[in-house]
Amino acid sequence: MFEMKQMRLVPVLLLSLLVFGIYTPAQAAGGEEAPEQHWSFDGIFGTYDRAALQRGYKVYSQVCAACHSMDRISYRNLTALGYTEAQAKAVAANYMVEDGPNDEGDMVERTALLSDHFPNPYANKNAAAYANNGAMPPDMSLLVKARHGGADYIYGIMTGYEEPPADHELLPGQNWNRYMPGNVIAMAQPLSDGLVSYEDGSSETVAQYARDVAHFLTWASEPHMEERKRTGIKAFLFLLAFTGLMYVIKRKVWAKVH
Amino acid sequence: MSGGEKAEFKSPVISWIDQRLPVFTMMQKEYGVFPTPKNFNYFWNFGAISMVLLILMIVTGIVLAMHYTPHADMAFNSVERIMRDVNWGWLLRYMHMNGASFFFIAVYIHIFRGMYYGSYKGPRELLWIFGVLIYLLMMATAFMGYTLPWSQMGGWAATVITNLFSAIPFFGEGLVELLWGGFAVDNPTLNRFFALHYLLPFVIVAVVFLHVWALHVTGSNNPLGVDPKGKQDTLPFHPYYTVKDTFGLGVFLLLYVAVTFFLPNIFAHPDHFVEYDSLVTPVHIVPEWYFLPFYAVLRAITFDINLVMLGGFGIMFLPFFLCLGNCCAGKILPFKFPKLPQSSVCLLLGAAVFAVGLMLSGSIPLLTDTTIIEAKLGGVIAMFGAVMVLFFLPWLDGHPVKSARYRPLYKTFLLLLVVTLLALGWVGSQPPEGLPVLVGQAGTAYYFAFFVIILPWLSKNEKALALPKSISEAVLKEKNENAGVVA
Repeated sequence: MFEMKQMRLVPVLLLSLLVFGIYTPAQAAGGEEAPEQHWSFDGIFGTYDRAALQRGYKVYSQVCAACHSMDRISYRNLTALGYTEAQAKAVAANYMVEDGPNDEGDMVERTALLSDHFPNPYANKNAAAYANNGAMPPDMSLLVKARHGGADYIYGIMTGYEEPPADHELLPGQNWNRYMPGNVIAMAQPLSDGLVSYEDGSSETVAQYARDVAHFLTWASEPHMEERKRTGIKAFLFLLAFTGLMYVIKRKVWAKVH
Repeated sequence: MSGGEKAEFKSPVISWIDQRLPVFTMMQKEYGVFPTPKNFNYFWNFGAISMVLLILMIVTGIVLAMHYTPHADMAFNSVERIMRDVNWGWLLRYMHMNGASFFFIAVYIHIFRGMYYGSYKGPRELLWIFGVLIYLLMMATAFMGYTLPWSQMGGWAATVITNLFSAIPFFGEGLVELLWGGFAVDNPTLNRFFALHYLLPFVIVAVVFLHVWALHVTGSNNPLGVDPKGKQDTLPFHPYYTVKDTFGLGVFLLLYVAVTFFLPNIFAHPDHFVEYDSLVTPVHIVPEWYFLPFYAVLRAITFDINLVMLGGFGIMFLPFFLCLGNCCAGKILPFKFPKLPQSSVCLLLGAAVFAVGLMLSGSIPLLTDTTIIEAKLGGVIAMFGAVMVLFFLPWLDGHPVKSARYRPLYKTFLLLLVVTLLALGWVGSQPPEGLPVLVGQAGTAYYFAFFVIILPWLSKNEKALALPKSISEAVLKEKNENAGVVA
């Protein structure tokens, strides 16, 4: 039955085409694809590295947060980085948020609670764009999922600043980045060696900061990834056993027919 | 479905109910002892698999709707809330999102099986038509679901697709405003899309019921395309096919689970994670993978169509029109059309006229300098035509032999159609410039040629291989051959 074998290939072919992403849309002209990095969250058993998450949060809060909001994350979520609830409370207490109106109708400033979202550095989108030459710094809560290349892209941008080619003149407020689609990026190089101090002895270099912040932003985009993979393994094993059992029963039931 | 003699049930409760409403008799008849050809291969699992996925989509969809807010300002945030804060919300959302893709995978394999084994041929024409109707409803439902997270990709997909209707002459603009509920894609658009996205799945359920009903009247086709001749050719549905379907379902779900849990965003474009902004157009607006071939057909018509080109099309499709006309001849029409002219002659002549029209575009007054159909409308007609032509399949292919197993020419052309659709899928994912445009045009030409020229031609001219006398004879022969190989 050569024909049957041929036919069975069709769904397999279709699926593999889809799964292996033949249909990846083309990249915008200019700007290389960021090279692939190895991450602890890769693969079906991958998990986040708590120490990297905490370092990444430190880089975010001391550097990125000056311009980038992250308004889907609240201080209670910090416990997922390995902080205790008390530590997360202490972090929140460093920030002021606007609340109200109170009984007298006035807005009040108070220290942030666990339930508060990370405050936005700007009053609104227009203020953010105005302060940054018209280029609004994107919110970072979903950034890793909203860019081709995900964490590799973030790492690429952070480490991809370089001098423009000789024939290309940059306008004021423009910078050249190897991995930015179109190469021209409004954000000036945000990281420099020794900018953020680490307590755990990790090297205080741009490359290390970039890795850590990309790790942190991946968690922010996909906070339930570990639970998802754990559940997936259980679901897959259960289905595998179930399907195997069905195969045995099917063979038994059909034995009389064949 | 019910009727005839009642089955006997041991339980008094079941018998009490059954005497008053014979649902158990019906289930016994339709899914218990229902005579089913004994020679199904695993392609016959995909009906049941599609059914399970439809139920899965409805269940996850209803729960998602409990947490989702259909408002232009809140929709994106409410989806993110589901992903982050709702208990198991990420699971529901990923199951629903990837479930749509897997539903289409199952249905595409199901449609391919129907075409390969000629399951659309008499007496199953209506069964096939219900199937195409389900597919059409699925497309509408999936498209509207794609827009609901109100992301850049969703909002802009809504803009692109609704704008297609503006190509319709005279009332197109009004129709688009009706779809939008205003003068741009905005909150009213989202509201009506949500309402319809919730409604249509239940319409699909109703049509699936008709589809299954029609199936149980005609009985299933089988890989040989030879009807069962008696008891020796069939098996009761239960336990033989209940267990085989469950096993096949298990294998399919393993793939689904692997993608849902380990690669949940593989089908999702990054612009799906950016909130919709009506002032920022994404670089590439692409539909979900399952629409890409049709998107390629839409964009294949890059030229305005003048009178000569239209005439060329007319000549090419003449066999199709006559074939359709003759279906009605004698019944509705009081006369018969002349015998079909040679399809190949029509094809060549029509293509030549079309090419002349294209080359002389704009140079001969009235004939080639008047646009009859604008490129945009041409694309829209081609895209909808590509789906609509499926409704006519049972009449376009009038060959008496069902299964492609005994039709080597049909098999070759059909597999070529699959390759063409994969190529069109690739074209649909690329920016419309350079090579993809040419491949898209060639692919679109082959797609339509397959249905309206090749199939009618094969119906008349293809010599089929010798059919086995019956299913059981074929099964026994195969068994003996296998035994021979082993010995």
